[in-house]
Amino acid sequence: MRTDNHDHSHQAVPSDVALRVKALESLLVEKGLVDPAALDALIDSYEHKIGPRNGARVVARAWVDPAYQKRLLTDATAAIGELGYTGGQGEHMIVVANGPKLHNLVVCTLCSCYPWPVLGLPPVWYKSAPYRSRAVIDPRGVLREFGLELPEDVEIRVWDSTAEVRYLVLPERPAGSEKLREEELAALVTRDAMVGVAKVELAPTGG
Amino acid sequence: MNGVHDMGGMHGMGPIQYEKNEPVFPEAWEARVFALNRAVRAWGKWTGDASRHAVELIPAPDYLRMSYYEQRLHALIELMVKHGLVTPAEVESGQPVPDSHKATPALAASDVPGMIAKGRPATREVQVPARFRVGQQVRARNLHPTGHTRLPRYVRGKPGTIYLDHGVHVFPDSSAHALGENPQHLYSVRFAAQDLWGDQASARTAVYLDLWDDYLEHA
Repeated sequence: MRTDNHDHSHQAVPSDVALRVKALESLLVEKGLVDPAALDALIDSYEHKIGPRNGARVVARAWVDPAYQKRLLTDATAAIGELGYTGGQGEHMIVVANGPKLHNLVVCTLCSCYPWPVLGLPPVWYKSAPYRSRAVIDPRGVLREFGLELPEDVEIRVWDSTAEVRYLVLPERPAGSEKLREEELAALVTRDAMVGVAKVELAPTGG
Repeated sequence: MNGVHDMGGMHGMGPIQYEKNEPVFPEAWEARVFALNRAVRAWGKWTGDASRHAVELIPAPDYLRMSYYEQRLHALIELMVKHGLVTPAEVESGQPVPDSHKATPALAASDVPGMIAKGRPATREVQVPARFRVGQQVRARNLHPTGHTRLPRYVRGKPGTIYLDHGVHVFPDSSAHALGENPQHLYSVRFAAQDLWGDQASARTAVYLDLWDDYLEHA
């Protein structure tokens, strides 16, 4: 797995595509097709309000509240809605629970389907060909690339998001976290663990 | 369509490019493309399935070369031209044609929180009989439609088991082409990895896909 900065060098001069987007936006504003304030509001929502901290709160609640966990695993859309997370690209939610002998992994081989209300917008690797192509044929190899080596006796379930149903992984609660409060637990839960490419650690690493 | 977007099971796509602490939008223009797509969709001229199909129609070499938001920009322009929201000349010049009518945006800033919270459910409250039941053995049909489909090549012709019945959902193969919603039962179907990839696959691995009635036949 490479972690170097690829192709995101910030140019001093706007790129060709940046200029094309600017021209398109000004055309659409001029024609009254879009309101630039609505564009700003959309961007602000997904940059600052809707992201993996939402999903982390769902996971932490499920860890401390067995009745909530049960609701989450039987009617995820409603249980997630209880915490106020609803809507676009998460209208129909399923939560799948990891255990000592079961690991779940989520992918969208055909495009980029992802549970926005609880995880926000997907990272580049989730939307890219290497992950989309191999998650279904070699999940163990993909997990190894993320630094996660699973014992051979662990069952792996890969969820290919081919419809409007969106999947969230309920990771295992880490050993040694028994005394932590719900908010402290939520702080440990990473996006990667909720996609199923990592476990939750007491000292979190990565995204 | 048997496009390059349908890449489940392919080799040769290289290592996973993981970036720590990746921003939501690495480039500012990507944020604008994201928002433009959502705001123009509010006009209701096309479905989300049609948006996905517009991305699939990008010729394969370009699809693989383009970044995610370059693909979305390309698809958005194609759809806006197709549905008469803009002309190719306007896109080229960046200027509205003279004397063109100025519309009122379909999405105002104050509508955004409500639009996000509401979403666009794909379920439909219609009585459609389920052709299969949970636990039943099925086979994914060997279909090769030239239009939009959510039946990936890697499961076509393969045996599976109905794991969940998600209820009645809009059928993307017709919705993408403005041919109606054709709502029908959607199932989570379990495919054993060895049935998909052969004996070298692990017996303890399975892939679950959401597949509609029209994609399935009795085993």
